[in-house]
Amino acid sequence: MKLGFLVDLNLCMGCKGCEVACKVENEVPLSSWRLRVKYIDMGTFPDASRHFTPLRCNHCENAPCERICPVSALHYLENGIVNIDSERCIGCAGCMMACPYGAIYMDPETNTADKCTYCAHRIESGMMPACVVACPVEANIFGDIEDDNSHISRYIMEHQGGVQVRKPEKHTDPKHFYVGGGNQTLNPLAHKRIEGYGLFNNITHLDHVGDPHHSILDRFLAPFVSHSAADNKSFMDFKQTTDDNSTDDESHEDKGGH
Amino acid sequence: MVEHTINATNAIVTMDVALPGIIWGWMITLNMWAKSIGTGVILIGAFLLYRHKKEDMPSLRWTMPLISFIALNVFLLFTLVDLHQPLRMINIFLHPHWTSAITVGAWMASLFTGLITVMMVISGFDAFPDFRRHCEVAKTVRGNSDLYEKIFPFTVFLAIPVTLYTAVIMAESSARELWQAPTELMQMLLAAFMAGSAVLIFISDSWGKEVRKDLALVLAMSVFFSFMMYMGEYFFSFKAAEAEATLAFVHSGGEYNIQFWIAMSLGYIVPFFLATANIKNDNKTLLRFAAILALIGLYLAKDVWLKIPQLLPLS
Repeated sequence: MKLGFLVDLNLCMGCKGCEVACKVENEVPLSSWRLRVKYIDMGTFPDASRHFTPLRCNHCENAPCERICPVSALHYLENGIVNIDSERCIGCAGCMMACPYGAIYMDPETNTADKCTYCAHRIESGMMPACVVACPVEANIFGDIEDDNSHISRYIMEHQGGVQVRKPEKHTDPKHFYVGGGNQTLNPLAHKRIEGYGLFNNITHLDHVGDPHHSILDRFLAPFVSHSAADNKSFMDFKQTTDDNSTDDESHEDKGGH
Repeated sequence: MVEHTINATNAIVTMDVALPGIIWGWMITLNMWAKSIGTGVILIGAFLLYRHKKEDMPSLRWTMPLISFIALNVFLLFTLVDLHQPLRMINIFLHPHWTSAITVGAWMASLFTGLITVMMVISGFDAFPDFRRHCEVAKTVRGNSDLYEKIFPFTVFLAIPVTLYTAVIMAESSARELWQAPTELMQMLLAAFMAGSAVLIFISDSWGKEVRKDLALVLAMSVFFSFMMYMGEYFFSFKAAEAEATLAFVHSGGEYNIQFWIAMSLGYIVPFFLATANIKNDNKTLLRFAAILALIGLYLAKDVWLKIPQLLPLS
């Protein structure tokens, strides 16, 4: 069995349902994404169009992240999934440097590398990945690419010549395919990324890797002291205002934050 | 062709998540810089011992492993500190993954540091015979003084892969096309020659004139070849699209452009002329100045080369 993923970009409408489902299912911390949908606008008004590209780990058969990981925290499962054992990860970020797709992030809560696992825990229980279930137009197609009768295999065969992978020149042999993609959507060098500008925010780059409030000393002390400082709130710099009715241990969410 | 250019399609990312910035930063630069000193003094020390009599370099026997020991510990410290889970470093030894150059390098660097420590202890007790004269441990160490000469060839041999393994890590970082394996391997080796000769120049005051001449020659040759390789990569990296895009950004006056040229001028061009001049005329002050500039330039150049490929969005 070799599990693969295919996204039909002709169907994707950029609703970000998959992104949200992934966040919820895997409790992905703020500032981090295992799966994201990138919007690319092409052309000039009135001949303009918007394209959506869901991006996640490609679960490469020849995965550079697995090769560079010094402790086998990144490893292959028998079904082809490139899985990660965050308990073993030493946080060297070698995998982040090796992954040509930018699919790995440093979890700001655990300070270990993390990424999409095709929801390996759900697969084990016979369920589909959360993003597949959430997609309203069935643009996400998941299954065994070694089984000729699986939905994904049939889809690939039906779209012969139209199936693409990202960065084939890297020889990573990705098991994540796209139908309906073009150079402008799949090649990061083929589109502009204007600094400080986005539809809803002006943050284009994180200024930290992992938790910025986790100092060098904290890294050594973390196993021996409470990890309360390294949660979702610690790196968002929310102004923690206290009023007379609130207690110190009241969370930001309890106060109506988000 | 015009139909493929961004201006033709006007393709713009209008919404995306925040991307990571510099992932490997100054700590990795310092790590590489210190390792170049740690292995370089051994390689250049061996070269000097091969070329000259020990009497021409009376302090080399104990200063060489001492400098290497200090530099290697700086290197190991920053390797550890850069990890987000430093206490799990032990996993490299408990659960080694041998396809990773990080694993192989960690094992080799640990062994190398161990051997250097033994050499440092032996040479230290030999150099200062009155220190702990009646201590049993000191007596035992002094009694096994010849172990130094037995270990030394192995450390020289080991210094080469310890110098080079970072280049293999960079080669394994397949997301960063700028780091090509053959050039990085040579750059690491030349960095070790540069750093080793530069540091030994500082302690060469009482050494023979011919020794200093050799140090100046090694420094001049290593900065020259390293500079030529940087120029080749900087201007003629046409074959890899991402490397070309990275360098185009830097060429256009983008981030790290000034730092790169400061590094090239201070660390390579000026030291080359100073060291070359010193081959004919022994001027200790100028040679020391060349050594300082080379060490500063090496750090700056390593820093630029480490960071610029990380500026490119991967997705």
